[in-house]
Amino acid sequence: MADLNNFTIDGLKCLAREGTSIIDAARQNDQFIPTLCNLEGVPPKGACRVCTVRVNGKLMTACTAKISQGMEIENQTEELNEMRKSIVEMLFVEGNHFCPSCEKSGECELQALAYRFEMTVPRYPYFYPKRNIDASHPRIVKDHNRCILCKRCVRAIKDEKGRSIFAFLDRGFETRIYLDPDLAGQLTEERARKAVEVCPVGAIMPRGEGFKTPIGRRKYDRHPIGSDM
Amino acid sequence: MAQKITISPLTRVEGHGKVTIHLNDEGEVIQSKLHIVEFRGFERFIQGRPYWEAPVLVQRLCGICPVSHHLAAAKAMDVVVGAGTGDGLTPTAEKVRRLMHYGQILQSHALHFFHLASPDLLFGMDADPAVRNVIALAKSSEYKELAVQGIMMRKFGQEIIKATAGKKIHGTGAIPGGVNKSLSVDERDFFLKGEDPLNADAMIEWAESAIALFLDYHKKNSELLDNFSRFPSNHLSLVGDDGALDLYHGRLRAVDSEGSKILHDIDGQEYLNYIGEEVRSWSYMKFPFLTELGKEKGWYRVGPLARLNTCEFIPTPRAQQAFEAYKVYTGGKPNDMCMHTHWARLIETLFAAESIKNLLEDPDILKDDLATKGARQSEGVGLLEAPRGTLFHHYRVNEQDQITMANLIVSTTHNNQPMNEAVAYVARKEMSGQKTITEPMMNAVEVAIRAYDPCLSCATHALGRMPLEVALYDSHGCLIERKTR
Repeated sequence: MADLNNFTIDGLKCLAREGTSIIDAARQNDQFIPTLCNLEGVPPKGACRVCTVRVNGKLMTACTAKISQGMEIENQTEELNEMRKSIVEMLFVEGNHFCPSCEKSGECELQALAYRFEMTVPRYPYFYPKRNIDASHPRIVKDHNRCILCKRCVRAIKDEKGRSIFAFLDRGFETRIYLDPDLAGQLTEERARKAVEVCPVGAIMPRGEGFKTPIGRRKYDRHPIGSDM
Repeated sequence: MAQKITISPLTRVEGHGKVTIHLNDEGEVIQSKLHIVEFRGFERFIQGRPYWEAPVLVQRLCGICPVSHHLAAAKAMDVVVGAGTGDGLTPTAEKVRRLMHYGQILQSHALHFFHLASPDLLFGMDADPAVRNVIALAKSSEYKELAVQGIMMRKFGQEIIKATAGKKIHGTGAIPGGVNKSLSVDERDFFLKGEDPLNADAMIEWAESAIALFLDYHKKNSELLDNFSRFPSNHLSLVGDDGALDLYHGRLRAVDSEGSKILHDIDGQEYLNYIGEEVRSWSYMKFPFLTELGKEKGWYRVGPLARLNTCEFIPTPRAQQAFEAYKVYTGGKPNDMCMHTHWARLIETLFAAESIKNLLEDPDILKDDLATKGARQSEGVGLLEAPRGTLFHHYRVNEQDQITMANLIVSTTHNNQPMNEAVAYVARKEMSGQKTITEPMMNAVEVAIRAYDPCLSCATHALGRMPLEVALYDSHGCLIERKTR
């Protein structure tokens, strides 16, 4: 077992194979590190920064940094959770997130983290950006108001040749997810379902349905995010 | 000297409004207006949103009767998804929605009668405002039990809403074409066989005792209840196909002050052919009217009083018995006594309690056939009898499932002209020729408005909360006195 590395998370002794990302290694050791852009089995991006941990005293994103022998990782500290809370708050004010009427409510990772970090009133001014809804595809609705640009859809939804069906369009504050017009036809029912599933927020939703899961049976109604570890 | 009186904010009503009353040099009331000063916006910002969001989004314009908006929007979207109206839904969906709605009627009517209106009746309109409220009711040895009943009836209704919609306020139970859940056996048994007093039988008993309380009060105060703010009007509501009182679904009927039909059981989808809305510069709330009769003669009342004037019978036995006694009082003619709205409201409360029990005993509410759909339509209208009166939701949806138009005519909006008439009536009676304007006089104006149980936030689809204000102006328009609460 020469490729197994010893490391600690908040002082707890852990073990993982060399080359494993910190976030995956934490999961394997039943330790929760919050994230919004990381997705198991999909190459990491380090886009949201919510998984930031302190490794041997230095801040790193747990999804892109790899485990090495003897690493000392700080995860559930007041400092880090405060920083994560700030990131979540900034994501809220940067877009137009109206949880009360969003069909992803109760199953939204951004909302779930806001609850976890006890975000009550945002400390930052709202941007109220003018963004639109793109309902031109027969299987999905893209609501850019809710997109946090995590790139999960771009990285996870591919056609049979491995090409990304989703892409980023424009730059900076204008950046938005986009369906490649040449590949939009490849968004089969199965891929559309998967796109909805991987989206951490309500930016990609299925056409013609909403609120099918009653309150009380939604993903985070009974098991708040991170409570399974 | 001529004056203008402003009552602002209006109290024990939902939303923000004010009343202005102009007096001439002789102290006679020459003009009065109920102004709704909130800003509306829902009809605009729902545009562009996917149609399935409407039932959940639009209900946010109210925290008291969100179920009504939730269901009216869902009914409109039933039409859009091709599930049609009335019998179009599965029996389970239709009955679960009815259960949700009657839970809403029960809690809202209990709130209005016990919390908002009864202090005026039991302590008197001229009582000290500090004790003219439900807290004082709960503290008094005489009315403590009554206050507790009111609070528990409200709780029962809210629990029904939670079981059917997922939450007591702003749930998600109704979806286009059906519902997202039915009841479990445990949930049903909780309401049917729950510990005393939280069960359906107790609600029926309490509703009956509230009617008895009103009738007893009426015996001692018939002059007040029969004549306070009484004036003839037209009345409009939904009625069942057989003429029954039906608060969830039916056809639109209107009768005049003599009881003759002036709107003949029309399909709600056609409402635009029969109802117009007038805008006046001094209020955000529109003035609806029957187009055939015009703006001057076509205004009408909605709500409990109107519903018991348009329907022919009530399809539950105890409420029907109470209804028969109620009709005898006016010799079968429409009742135009403003304060009898409370009587009508309590009969409806009994009807709601009986309907809840009937629905709970129906095995369909436990089944899993929750939703249906058919050929997609581009437009839908959803009508419902909300606690305060008829509610219209009308939407158009484009081919990409986005809402392009929304028109909401809310119960309180229908009652705009009647409330203005009531204010004028009471102002003339109480204030004309008086040297000073006292707090009880102003409260009398509020009592007249309060009988309609207005929800001014709903009526303007506004953001914010609602107080009321009354101002007194001279004949030159100069402010003499302003009283706010």
